[in-house]
Amino acid sequence: MKIGYFTERPYRWLPEEEILKNHAFFAVSNRFYDREKAADDYNYYLDENCYAEELGFDLVALNEHHGNPFCMGSVMNVEAAILAKLTKRVKIVLIGNPLPVIKHPLRMAEELAEIDLISRGRLVTGWVRGAGSEQFFNNANPAYNREMFNEAHDFIVQAWTRPGPWRYEGKHFHYRHVNPWALPYQKPHPPMWIPGVISPETVQWCAEHRYPYIGLGTMLGPTCDLWDYYANEAAKHGYQAGPENFGYLIPTVLAETEEKAQEIVGNFVYGGGQNAFSAPEYTMPPGYNSKSAIRMLAKQPTGSWLGVSGEKMQQHMRDAEPESVDYKEIHKKLLSGLDKVQRNYQVIAGTPKTVLPKIKTILDILRPGVFIMFSVQGPVSNEDRMTSMRLFAQEVMPALHEYAKQIDLPDSFMRTPGSVVFFGGSSRTPVVDRSPLKELGLR
Amino acid sequence: MTTWTQETVRAAGAELAMIKGGSGKPLLIFHDELGYTGWMSWNERLADQRTLLIPLQPGFGKTPRIDWISNYRDLGGFYAQVVREMRLDPIDVIGFSAGGFIAAEMVAADPRIFSHMILVGPMGIKPAQGEILDVFAMTIRHHLRSTVADPEGTPEFAKIYGGQMTPEQFEAFEDARSETARIGWEPYMYDPSLPYLLRGVKTPSLLIWGTRDGVVPRGCIQAYRQALGAAQVAEIEGAGHRPEIENEPEFERIVKKFLAE
Repeated sequence: MKIGYFTERPYRWLPEEEILKNHAFFAVSNRFYDREKAADDYNYYLDENCYAEELGFDLVALNEHHGNPFCMGSVMNVEAAILAKLTKRVKIVLIGNPLPVIKHPLRMAEELAEIDLISRGRLVTGWVRGAGSEQFFNNANPAYNREMFNEAHDFIVQAWTRPGPWRYEGKHFHYRHVNPWALPYQKPHPPMWIPGVISPETVQWCAEHRYPYIGLGTMLGPTCDLWDYYANEAAKHGYQAGPENFGYLIPTVLAETEEKAQEIVGNFVYGGGQNAFSAPEYTMPPGYNSKSAIRMLAKQPTGSWLGVSGEKMQQHMRDAEPESVDYKEIHKKLLSGLDKVQRNYQVIAGTPKTVLPKIKTILDILRPGVFIMFSVQGPVSNEDRMTSMRLFAQEVMPALHEYAKQIDLPDSFMRTPGSVVFFGGSSRTPVVDRSPLKELGLR
Repeated sequence: MTTWTQETVRAAGAELAMIKGGSGKPLLIFHDELGYTGWMSWNERLADQRTLLIPLQPGFGKTPRIDWISNYRDLGGFYAQVVREMRLDPIDVIGFSAGGFIAAEMVAADPRIFSHMILVGPMGIKPAQGEILDVFAMTIRHHLRSTVADPEGTPEFAKIYGGQMTPEQFEAFEDARSETARIGWEPYMYDPSLPYLLRGVKTPSLLIWGTRDGVVPRGCIQAYRQALGAAQVAEIEGAGHRPEIENEPEFERIVKKFLAE
């Protein structure tokens, strides 16, 4: 199993009230942007990733979002390129480049090839569709999101593997002269991992392409369902899925004492946390979701939806205006919700002693080949962030590596995803173990 | 009460769903970007003298999406084929909002296709001043309510949106908005070359605009007026983006008078 480090690189200098007033992180005015502090933090976060390498993490993962203080990584390839030079050993995992939002797959192929070359083959490149809000920010037509995703992906693979020059006339992209003089160091191209939160269409696509799927902190029960779906699709394509096909990323924070860990963990819901990524109107631009997803939403507007809380979704579907706002109350409510998500294993917090068994349980249930620690959000000090990383790396990670060996969790570098042949007629091997869910009171 | 029916017309290589009702000379109606809202009082009043033909836009749920249509000019070209194949030209037309954009694209390509053209709060040209409301950056509910100046004081608005949506309604609005985004996302609900192509078009044209229209600014009417030199303008005081339900008697009066000219 590979163990990774991930942070959203939160902008830490925005008063929480501004996020709550705006009902979301996206669309808070950048008049609050402090350039000096941002300069410090870009440098700090690069150092933090170097520290992750020093501590022994196998990989560092980057992402990007646009127009959003939730994540300072607006152009992830820039950070990846710097890390390619600053680090020596870690895999640099991009989860992932929002292809339909960038709208320039040839440029993307060149940028990523350069990163792979500079790092001498340490790039793992992933693709995403981009959040709903990013369709607005980048003026990317949401109704073509999936078409553009598919076409850009197919084009990039070709650009990396088919000797040029050649001409490309697609539906959304057109290139007269495809012949990049920057080809990836890895042959035929860097591995690709696909992160996701809910979309069965994405899982189906991953299974078809034999790409590992990285669950982004999704609830354990539904994640099991989704991975079963992947494995069933994999069987249709003639292979047995296993740990090498799956990764899991989960908010994790450690401290020297339980009290301190609980004090810090509240920052995962700073400003509303992930459920306040963007307001409903920006989360679901018209045409962005599949017809089946829209039908599901129309019938059951109760759960949270891609970064919007269930409560806000109901407001969206019904006729409710957001009620008058008491920020202290909201803050209290958010913190009280945190107990629940900790009980549900959606957020892991504690000392190494309490964190280790929880992560082992996650490994038992989901059997991922990759586990990624998602570092704390909100205005947490550099010192506390680094302590959390150190405690994880020194006191949890070695035991997790050992445990992964014991329960046989090969990663995608040890076993090529899709390489285990599935013979039709037999039943496929289970990819998850739901039995601990019951004990935890989860479905 | 006029009987209206929904029929399927095979034309322009498609199976086009169309509402038909009334009697008399045909009158073509292009609904807006939220789709056909059902048979309203204004339909009833116009149907006593005219046969209303209301095609249900491809991709809005009833007529399948047509992939080769990727912008409003394509859509206008498609409807022009439909009109020709049905031997309807020249025909009178009313286009509402994005439906006005469709009609304007058609008349720019073929000024003789319409005998009279009425554009109600039309999108399609970049406004001289102000901006067309970004209806994609809001929830369906907010979008719907933005289309009338006084939702509570407009009884027929409750037929379109009564404060709750059934799953079927939600899906229909979502279909309409998705298809509108697909063909109108960028540039947002206008075509930069349309005003130039409208130069010299002599088709009798009327621009109707509610003075409290929160979706299409007066600047769009000014821009159309500039492009279509001979167009008349009728402002309906106090109405929003749906003058046909917000002030039905005035809307009916203006339309009937113009069509009789």
